[in-house]
Amino acid sequence: MSLTIGVPRETFPNEKRVATVPDVVEKLIKLGFSVVVETEAGALANFDDESYVAAGATIAKSAAELWASVDMAFKVRAPSMDEVALIKEGTTLIGFIWPAQNPDLMQALAARKITVLAMDCVPRQLSRAQKMDALSSMANIAGYRAVVEAANQFGRFFTGQITAAGKVPPAKVFVAGAGVAGLAALGTAVSLGAIVRANDTRSEVADQVKSMGAEFVKVDYEEEGSGGGGYAKVMSEGFQAAQREMYAQQAREVDIIITTALIPGKPAPRLITAEMVSSMKAGSVIVDMAAEQGGNCELTVPGEVVVRHGVTIVGYADLPSRLSKQASTLYATNLLRLTEELCKTKDGIIDVNMDDDAIRGLTVIKDGEITWPPPPLVLPAPPAPKAASAAPVPAKKSGHGHGAGEPMSTKSLAITFGLGALAFWFVGANAPEAFLGHFTVFVLACFVGYMVVWNVTPALHTPLMSVTNAISSIIVIGALVQISPPLGEGVSRPGFWIGLLAVISIVLTSINMFGGFAVTKRMLAMFRK
Amino acid sequence: MSASLATVSYIGATILFILSLGGLSNPETSRRGNVLGMIGMALAVVATVFGPQVTWAGVPWIVIAMAVGGSVGLYAARTVQMTQMPELVALMHSLVGLAACLVGFASYIDTAHTFVGAEKTIHDVEIYIGILIGAVTFSGSLIAFGKLSAKIGGKPLLLPGRHLLNLAGLLVVIWVCKGFLNAESVGGGFFALIIMTLIALAFGVHMVMAIGGADMPVVVSMLNSYSGWAAAATGFMLNNDLLIVTGALVGSSGAILSYIMCRAMNRNFISVIAGGFGTGGGTVVAAADGQPAGEVIPVSATDTAELLKESKSVIIVPGYGMAVAQAQHTVYEITKHLREKGVTVRFGIHPVAGRMPGHMNVLLAEAKVPYDIVMEMDEINDDFPETDVAMVIGANDIVNPAAQEDPNSPIAGMPVLEVWKAKTSIVMKRSMASGYAGVDNPLFYKENNRMLFGDAKKMLDEVLTALKA
Repeated sequence: MSLTIGVPRETFPNEKRVATVPDVVEKLIKLGFSVVVETEAGALANFDDESYVAAGATIAKSAAELWASVDMAFKVRAPSMDEVALIKEGTTLIGFIWPAQNPDLMQALAARKITVLAMDCVPRQLSRAQKMDALSSMANIAGYRAVVEAANQFGRFFTGQITAAGKVPPAKVFVAGAGVAGLAALGTAVSLGAIVRANDTRSEVADQVKSMGAEFVKVDYEEEGSGGGGYAKVMSEGFQAAQREMYAQQAREVDIIITTALIPGKPAPRLITAEMVSSMKAGSVIVDMAAEQGGNCELTVPGEVVVRHGVTIVGYADLPSRLSKQASTLYATNLLRLTEELCKTKDGIIDVNMDDDAIRGLTVIKDGEITWPPPPLVLPAPPAPKAASAAPVPAKKSGHGHGAGEPMSTKSLAITFGLGALAFWFVGANAPEAFLGHFTVFVLACFVGYMVVWNVTPALHTPLMSVTNAISSIIVIGALVQISPPLGEGVSRPGFWIGLLAVISIVLTSINMFGGFAVTKRMLAMFRK
Repeated sequence: MSASLATVSYIGATILFILSLGGLSNPETSRRGNVLGMIGMALAVVATVFGPQVTWAGVPWIVIAMAVGGSVGLYAARTVQMTQMPELVALMHSLVGLAACLVGFASYIDTAHTFVGAEKTIHDVEIYIGILIGAVTFSGSLIAFGKLSAKIGGKPLLLPGRHLLNLAGLLVVIWVCKGFLNAESVGGGFFALIIMTLIALAFGVHMVMAIGGADMPVVVSMLNSYSGWAAAATGFMLNNDLLIVTGALVGSSGAILSYIMCRAMNRNFISVIAGGFGTGGGTVVAAADGQPAGEVIPVSATDTAELLKESKSVIIVPGYGMAVAQAQHTVYEITKHLREKGVTVRFGIHPVAGRMPGHMNVLLAEAKVPYDIVMEMDEINDDFPETDVAMVIGANDIVNPAAQEDPNSPIAGMPVLEVWKAKTSIVMKRSMASGYAGVDNPLFYKENNRMLFGDAKKMLDEVLTALKA
């Protein structure tokens, strides 16, 4: 019996997004689900009821009707207490929940004996989970929209121009924090033609900033004992002072500041003081993307646009919602990817597999029991990407590009040794002593060859082959000793035939011997630095 | 020269050979390694000629034979084109194989030494095996030579039931061996030897015929290994430790090279030898399912030059096509020109690019490309994302993203050069034909890829002219 997915209209004030779009509805139906959408759910994101019906969904007249008929619900914002009251037992709810900030909501949801998957709890470190990382999708949109809002408030061009009516200087934009939102913002600002600078306390993002065409501004402060210390120490008093100094200087120089600095589970850091705002040129714009968490700017009023000291400060907390069609489409796709993970059998039945790291991280309530926070993930790779990429390099070098490879598994090693021992036993049991002497020499020589050749650089493979080929003309010795050995008295041999064969052999091997060494010499003479 | 003195000289020669192979592992010491090999060989020959096993009656013959062979060899070495190196090496392997056969026959009809009992059996088996390996090496190398010099088509020849055929051959060889060991007279044994030699020759032909062109690097190094084993077997036959040691050195080094090549293609050694890769058949069907959609974007030589001029870093990935077109000198001219303009130019070499291990390195060295800008795949693969232009010259399978992206691809899992990660990749090709593996290449359809159609040499000349303009 396949499940029914319900998509209610968002009830949060000014929320224009919707948790699914018609294109995704089609794909959900292909996975075996049926889909019910509340009437007018997509209206504010430019999706009308007809388009949902055309995609195969049915329309519910009211929220109450919808919640009563569904097994799963897709939402954007966390449900209000009114909505929680409508949820029937056993429902699976998927949406942004923010369990750390909403303990009361968590209790209320748990009391309904339902399962809740929080899109804000996707373990972002798992590369497999990135396709369902709705926070990144939303941050990307917010970053873009922040620049658009800034441009809207800013009274000049972003790009520099020389026109018949005079020269227009390019706008200077400073982006604080280069996460997903910050990178999206600086990319957008660069593409509008502004001069863009950015800063982040994580120095490893400097390359990403540069790759987007912006300039990375360093904090002019070298932490004592840097390199040996941990992260916590980096944010010392001295560093913060230097950081404030840098922000103050940027504030005096730039026209637009976009702040994105957030610390998980804490109020946003105060980066821009009232004093810095007053030092900015009149007509400048600040977009504070951390407004909802208290704001990076001292003068931000969450949710509003205010003018202080001649500077417009944008404190919108609903930037993704202001791009509702785009945000809904991306969010719906993230949910689709999650649903695919939940329903690997494609039969419209979900399996909340708590052994799956990604699903485990997302699931904050399972059948009425609070399972948040999840146990820490055990990741095979260390979180510091630099260390991870640097480590394998010396390992590779040691083997001249080939390395000794991975050690054999115990099983195959045992089999190899077993076969070897059997072969040696066979030889030892049957061969006469004279043979064993040669055999010893032979086996040892094989190993010497193996050791000597293993480290050859690939560039020299051809010369190596040609020199070993030349050396294999050692077989000439065989012909030489046959041509006229000292014979004992009365021993006869078909001397003519042997001599003929031997002479031919000598001619052939000499071609190889002289030709092989000469051609190797010619080749090696070409290798130069 | 006394027997002891000869033996000591042999030990000296052995050490020189080991040092020679060791020296070849690094470009700095490689020239010295070659010289050590020559000295070792001279020492071995002189010690044998003046040793107790050769009387003065034979010396004139030896001198004449070596003079004839030596001058032919030196002439060939001087005149061979660097692009023909694989053919030459294969041809030389066949000479060693033939020599091993002849020495084996001569040893058999030589009645000067008589053995009895187990020693006779062992001696006979040694002769038998020596001739067997020699014959396989001889005919296999000749076919490899034919394939490499395009005298024989590169497509693998697959007889129906070829594995059974090989197995039957092996069984007959073992059965004939029994007859050979029990032969009463030299003549009877001789007949058995001839039968076995014919089967071995046919086996060598069949084995190499069944191997596709892309696997040639493995085959060449494998035949190299065989020529060593043939020498070692001859050493057993003649009770000569120098031959055994040197043969084993050559044999094991060739085997390791083959193994390295196989690993570079992520293929099992057995499956390479069993042959049949790149025949079409099943692979073509598989490729048809996953036919990469989209259009290729052609580009002109002038536009290519513009792209190169505007880039900061360029990686050139050469393949067999460059060797065929003899384009390495033009490539170097372009490299030199770009480097003078401050563009970082490097070369990315796949371990199995070309038809012989290290083939590309030799060609680039011939064109005077400094070896420190010629990188191995492992060294350079991480750098593609920071590269502006990756230029692929006459290579296909070694830059095929299907190896990583499509688990059903016949080349899935083979390490490849990730040229598609560069900002732009340019593929120079004569046509849209697929590579030796017979697999379509999704790289051609990527958005950031451009195709420069035409003969590599001609196109590169045009690029160079446009660069200089």
